Amino acid sequence: MGILEVKGVNKRFGGLQALGDVNLSVAEQSVHAIIGPNGAGKSTLLNCLVGKLIPDTGSVMFDGQSVLGRKPHEINQMGISRVFQTPEIFADLSVLENVLIPCFARRDGAFRMHAFETVANEGEINDQAEQMLADVNMLEKRNMLAASLSRGDKRRLEMAMCLVQQPKLLLLDEPTAGMARADTNNTIDLLKQIHADRDITMCIIEHDMHVVFSLAQRITVLAQGTPLVEDTPENIKGHPKVREAYLGEAH
Amino acid sequence: MLGLSKKDTRFLLIVIALTLLTPILLQPFPEGSGLAQFNAGYPDLMQRFAIFGIFAIGFNILFGLTGYLSFGHAAFLGVGSYSVVWMYKLLSYNILPGLILAVIVSGIFALAIGYISLRRTGIYFSILTLAFAQMSFNLAYSVLTPLTNGETGLQVYTDDPQILAGENSPTSPHLFGIVMRDNFWQPSVGGWEFTFNYGYYFCAIVAILAFYLSLRIFRSPFGMMLRAIKTNQTRLNYTGLHSRPYTLAAFVISGMYAGLAGGLLAAMDPLAGAERMQWTASGEVVLMTILGGAGTLMGPVLGAGFIKYFENIFSKINDSVLHGWFGWMPDGMEDAIISVSHFFVGKSWHLTLGLLFMLVVIFLPGGLVEGGQRIARMFRRKKTSDSDAEHHPKPAPHVGE
Repeated sequence: MGILEVKGVNKRFGGLQALGDVNLSVAEQSVHAIIGPNGAGKSTLLNCLVGKLIPDTGSVMFDGQSVLGRKPHEINQMGISRVFQTPEIFADLSVLENVLIPCFARRDGAFRMHAFETVANEGEINDQAEQMLADVNMLEKRNMLAASLSRGDKRRLEMAMCLVQQPKLLLLDEPTAGMARADTNNTIDLLKQIHADRDITMCIIEHDMHVVFSLAQRITVLAQGTPLVEDTPENIKGHPKVREAYLGEAH
Repeated sequence: MLGLSKKDTRFLLIVIALTLLTPILLQPFPEGSGLAQFNAGYPDLMQRFAIFGIFAIGFNILFGLTGYLSFGHAAFLGVGSYSVVWMYKLLSYNILPGLILAVIVSGIFALAIGYISLRRTGIYFSILTLAFAQMSFNLAYSVLTPLTNGETGLQVYTDDPQILAGENSPTSPHLFGIVMRDNFWQPSVGGWEFTFNYGYYFCAIVAILAFYLSLRIFRSPFGMMLRAIKTNQTRLNYTGLHSRPYTLAAFVISGMYAGLAGGLLAAMDPLAGAERMQWTASGEVVLMTILGGAGTLMGPVLGAGFIKYFENIFSKINDSVLHGWFGWMPDGMEDAIISVSHFFVGKSWHLTLGLLFMLVVIFLPGGLVEGGQRIARMFRRKKTSDSDAEHHPKPAPHVGE
């Protein structure tokens, strides 16, 4: 039984069957990649996991509880954090404040009326956030405006914001999209290090085979909304069905 | 001190000093001089500065921090005024019960309006709040006449019960016998005349408390969440935070500030009219906040002062005053200048204000506060021109500077 169990999920957008009978099981503390050509339904699946979309049929169980019908913030409080394709950070806030917010969210829950406390006096929370920034080598940038960071640093910051919540499952939506090779490699190293240090279960949606084969322990191939195969990277590499889905039938 | 950092304590002390010295600071010109009409140190206007300062501080908690632009805050102002006048009618001219009721009632109103309006964001939210405010205005103006006295406005009549009013209690608003419209000191130093008024000082103390509260909110985790809502609500939701209760809390707090301001208006002048709820009044507080600098601590207060100063001082410059100023010129030139400037002063003060507002929005998107910061930076840069500022990472601006 995996930490994340997706069973028989269907999702239609008008006449388009975006997801058709998707089954997926992500084992605890593994790195699981979901790959597939454009329009395969990868992002739709991810949006069903985080509460942005509700599947038409099927079930999504996380850690023994259903996530269906819950709002994004409730699902996050259950222990699922999400990294977006383009980094979603609080651009008008400082780097440190960006990390402080998830720290407060973890301690205080979805809402707390803490209007008479002072952020600067929350010693423990500040220590947590600074420690996290130190872990991703961004401590010296803590007073910078998040908007002024480079793209790679924004990604790093978003990762730090997710990790400081100590999630049980980290969902990554194309974490290296649009990056140069050097940045991609840095991100791969960062993710490897995170997995080694923290034993977090990761589920990666990715286009770039280089990233997938460097990180994943299990791979699910999605094509036209249905899972084609699920196997280890070694077996996926030469799989004829995968070649077919990616390169077309002529090859 | 008071749970504030050293920098904020200094800031608060400066604000307190400026507020308490207002009757002196706003009388820079000696009586009888040609510029005396630019003096703003008379009680009526100073009270308005403090009251609309409170209104704008509260509005800024919603608009400045969360970015939700409410076009209906005047409704709460009106609710506050009506509450206070009703307390006069039922209990006595003591302002305290009325002010407490004003804050509570406007809070309940804000909770109801906010609960519905905050289901939408952006322009739809603004339109919803505008619709609610106009509904309140029309209710107050015609439908709820028994409660609001319609067009005439609500006021105290001699046959009102006033059950707590004693034999000798004052017949105008007072705080435990201290009559608001009385002056306690009117010194005359050289050519200068100063007026120290109970009403102003009461408003000033309330304004300082309101400012302190807003300072605490800005520095609190709650305030940080509100700023996070403005910059990226998606991320906030995926960080496990529910944005709706935060925005609703901000809406209710700012509604209570508006109710308090409305209550103080009635505490200075025991009248409440429906026009206080009209959309122009809602628009005015938006102008104040943007003109001064939305999202900064001091900005809205400056904006409020600026607009009220214009409304009361600039509007008094009529053609005869202009003739006095330009009388030394040759006749043809004098008439030409006066006929042009006629459009910008006196009754047409709105035109000047509009032009200034446009200039500020185009050239100083951060409002008057940004203007001040730029000037300060110019001086600072001269001092440290040798350091390579271009190549240093940009630190995040401190909220409220």
